[in-house]
Amino acid sequence: MLARALTHALVGLDARRVEVEAHLQHGVPAFAIVGLADRACQEAKERVRSGIASAELDWPKGRRITVNLAPAGLRKEGSGFDLPIALAILAASLQVPADALAEHAVVGELALDGRLRPVHGVLAVAEGARDLGLERLLCPADSAPEAALAGVTPIPVRHLAEAVAYLRGEREPEDVPRRNGHPPTQAPDLADVRGQERGRRALELAAAGGHNLLLAGPPGTGKTMLARRLPGILPPLTQTEALEVTRIHSVAGQLEPGRPLVTRPPFRAPHHTASTAAIVGGGTTPRPGEASLAHNGVLLLDELPEFARPALEALRQPIEDGAVSVARVGGRLLFPARFQLLGTMNLCPCGARGGQGSECSCSPQRLARFRDKLSRALLDRFDLVVMMPRSRATELSAGPSEASEPIRGRVGEARTRLSGGPAAVSSEARVLLDRAVERLPLSGRGRARVARLSQTISALAGAEQVGGEHVAEALSYRAPRELTTA
Amino acid sequence: MTEHRRLLRADQAFPPLLAAIHDPPTALWLRGAAEAETLARPAAAVVGARACSPYGALVGRMLGRELAAAGLVVVSGLARGVDGEAHRGALEAGGTTVAVLGCGIDRNYPAAHRRLAQEIAETGLVVSEYEPGVEPAPWRFPARNRIVAGLTSAVVIVEARERSGALITADFALEEGREVFAVPGEITSALSDGTNALIGLGAAPLTKPADLLEALGVEPPVARPPALTDSAARVLSVVRRSSIGLDEVVRATGMDAGAVAAAVSELELAGLVSDAAGIFRAVGS
Repeated sequence: MLARALTHALVGLDARRVEVEAHLQHGVPAFAIVGLADRACQEAKERVRSGIASAELDWPKGRRITVNLAPAGLRKEGSGFDLPIALAILAASLQVPADALAEHAVVGELALDGRLRPVHGVLAVAEGARDLGLERLLCPADSAPEAALAGVTPIPVRHLAEAVAYLRGEREPEDVPRRNGHPPTQAPDLADVRGQERGRRALELAAAGGHNLLLAGPPGTGKTMLARRLPGILPPLTQTEALEVTRIHSVAGQLEPGRPLVTRPPFRAPHHTASTAAIVGGGTTPRPGEASLAHNGVLLLDELPEFARPALEALRQPIEDGAVSVARVGGRLLFPARFQLLGTMNLCPCGARGGQGSECSCSPQRLARFRDKLSRALLDRFDLVVMMPRSRATELSAGPSEASEPIRGRVGEARTRLSGGPAAVSSEARVLLDRAVERLPLSGRGRARVARLSQTISALAGAEQVGGEHVAEALSYRAPRELTTA
Repeated sequence: MTEHRRLLRADQAFPPLLAAIHDPPTALWLRGAAEAETLARPAAAVVGARACSPYGALVGRMLGRELAAAGLVVVSGLARGVDGEAHRGALEAGGTTVAVLGCGIDRNYPAAHRRLAQEIAETGLVVSEYEPGVEPAPWRFPARNRIVAGLTSAVVIVEARERSGALITADFALEEGREVFAVPGEITSALSDGTNALIGLGAAPLTKPADLLEALGVEPPVARPPALTDSAARVLSVVRRSSIGLDEVVRATGMDAGAVAAAVSELELAGLVSDAAGIFRAVGS
C-alpha cells in the first residue's frame, strides 16, 4: 500500500515542496526513512511509532515500512516531518482517508504521547502551501496564528488523534485565535538619559532617515545607553515589513510565543565574540544571521573595533545591497538584511582618549592597529559619527529630558515627508557644500553622505527646501580626524 | 615612485643654514615639485610626539597652518602624530612644507603616511640624506632630526615625553644657535613633561603663532574677521572661554543641539574653532 502527504522543507527562507511517501510491504517488520533526512528527521521513527501508539491507532503489523521524502536530492532537516510521516503511514494502512490527506499541507513535531509541538518556519511553510494552491495547513495549534498570516486556512491540532479525527470528518476544525495588535514597546525610554543633547539629536536624525550611526568616546559616557534607546523612537513596521521580519524570525525560531507577527522593528545586539557566520548568516545548512534578524530594524555593534575584522568586512555587502547572499553547493541563497547599523566604540584600546584630564597609554602601533580595524570603507558607511566626550561632573545636573513618545511622533512625520522624494536644495546650501569639500577632508562619498543627511535634517525641521543651516549641521556629523588618520 | 634627485653640499642651491651646522650631510636627496632653493627660504620646524594627544594634534595642525600662511616653510619629520599634523596644516593653508626622512629617499615611512608624502611632494619637498633603498632604522632618526633643526631658524616642540626624539631636535637646534620654542602643556600629562622641562631650561614658551613669527621678524598675515551668523557668534563666545563639549555649549547658550551643530560647522569652516575628540577649542586670532 502506498500513500502520500505534502509538506515543505526549508531552504534558507523559502519552503520547497516535499512529498512524503509511505509504502507498506509484506515482509520482515522494518521501518526506514530515505531521502537525505538529517539526524532529527531520522529520529522521527521513534516519535512516530510512539505517537501512533499513544493515539491508540494501529502500527501496521508484520509490514516493512519505507518512507521516502521526495525530491530525494533535497536535504531535509528538523522535526517538522513527524506529522506528515505519521499521517502518510496511517493513510497507507487505511486508518485515515488518503484523498482528504491529499488536500492538506502538513507540518508539525510529535511528542511521544502523540501531542503536537510547534516548529520553526511555519510562516514560510504556509506560504509554500498557498503558492501550491493548497488552502489548508494541518499544523500544531501553537503555530496556527503564524500560519494564518500567509492567508491559508490553518487547521490547528493539539494531538495526532485530533488530526486523524479531523481527516476522517469526525471533528470540525477549531477557529484560530486572533492574537495580535501592537505589543507595548519594551525599549528603554529616552527620558532616562540626562544631558547628551548632541547624542539625542543624532539618534533622532538616525531614526528619521534610517541612517547608520557611530557613537565614539571614552567608556562611561553613555554610548550604549543611548544606542539601546533607538528602537523606542522608531515607528512600527508596515504590514509588508512586518511579514518579512516575521518570516526570518520564524525560520530562526526567534518568534515570541503568543506574538505571531513581529510589528516592532527588531533590535539585535550580537556580542563582539560572535563569528562571521553568526553575524551575516551561513553555516552548512544556511541560517539567517544577526544581520538578517535585524532586517527592517537595528543592528547594534557595541564596541565595534572588538569585532573580528572578517565579520566587520562581511557586513559591507548587506549594508550596500540590503541582503546577504550565501553560496552553497546546492546554489545561492538570499537572506534579506536591510538594517540600520548602530556602532559604539572607544577612541583607543585603553579607552582613555577623549576624556579631559585622562591620559591614553596606548603605543602608536597599538593605536594604529585599533583604527585599522575600522576600515575606511566601513567608516564611510556611517552617515552620522558622533563624538561623545566625557562630561564634567556638573553636567549630570542637566534637567529632565524629553521622552521617547513625542520624538517617535516627529520621526514618523519626517519619514512621511522623506517618502515624498528629495526636497529642493537652496543655492545657499549648494555653495556651502562646495566650500566644505574644498576646506575639509571630504571625499565624494562623504559629500553624498552630507547631502543625504541634510535632506533628513530639513525634513525633520519641516522645511520647504534644504537650507544652508541644514547642510552646516550635517557637516558636523562627519567622521573626525581622530578616526581617520593614524 | 616619483623621481628623486641629488643635491651636493658643493652645489649653489645647498641650503646655507644646513651647511653651517656642525656635521652637515655631504649630499641631500630630494623628491618633489619644489625647487631646491625652497630649502633656503625662511623656515620653521614643528615637531613632537608620535603618540600625541588630541590637543597636540590640534596645536600641530594649527601651527602648520598659521606658519605656512605667514609664508614660512614648515619643516617636519613625516612621523605619525604631531609631525604629520604640522605637514597637513601647512598643506591646508596652501603653503610649502618639507618632510625630512630617516630612511632612503624612495621610501615612505611610516607607510600610513604614503598619501601625505605624495601630497607634500606635489607642492613641496621630501628630503633625506640617505640614498634610495636605505631601510628605516632607529639610529637614523636622531641623525634625521639634526637636518630638521639644521634647515630651520626656529624649532617648535609641540608635545614631548621626557625622553622624546623631539627633544633631540631641540638639542641640535640649541647647539646650532637656532630659536627653540616649546608649547606649554598640562602639568598632569606625561606628554607635556618634555616640553615643560624645556621651558624650565629657558626655551621660549609658544602661546600663539605670532610669538615665533615675531622672533623671526616675519609679519603675521592680516586677519580679516569673517562675517558670522548670530548663532555662530554666540557659540564662538562660549568656546573662547574654555575648551568645551557640544552638550555644554547647548546648555550654555540655550540653543538646540541642531543649531549648535550648524554653528560649529560654520566656525570650523571659518577656521575659528577646531574639534579634538568631541571637545571644541577656539583657534586662530
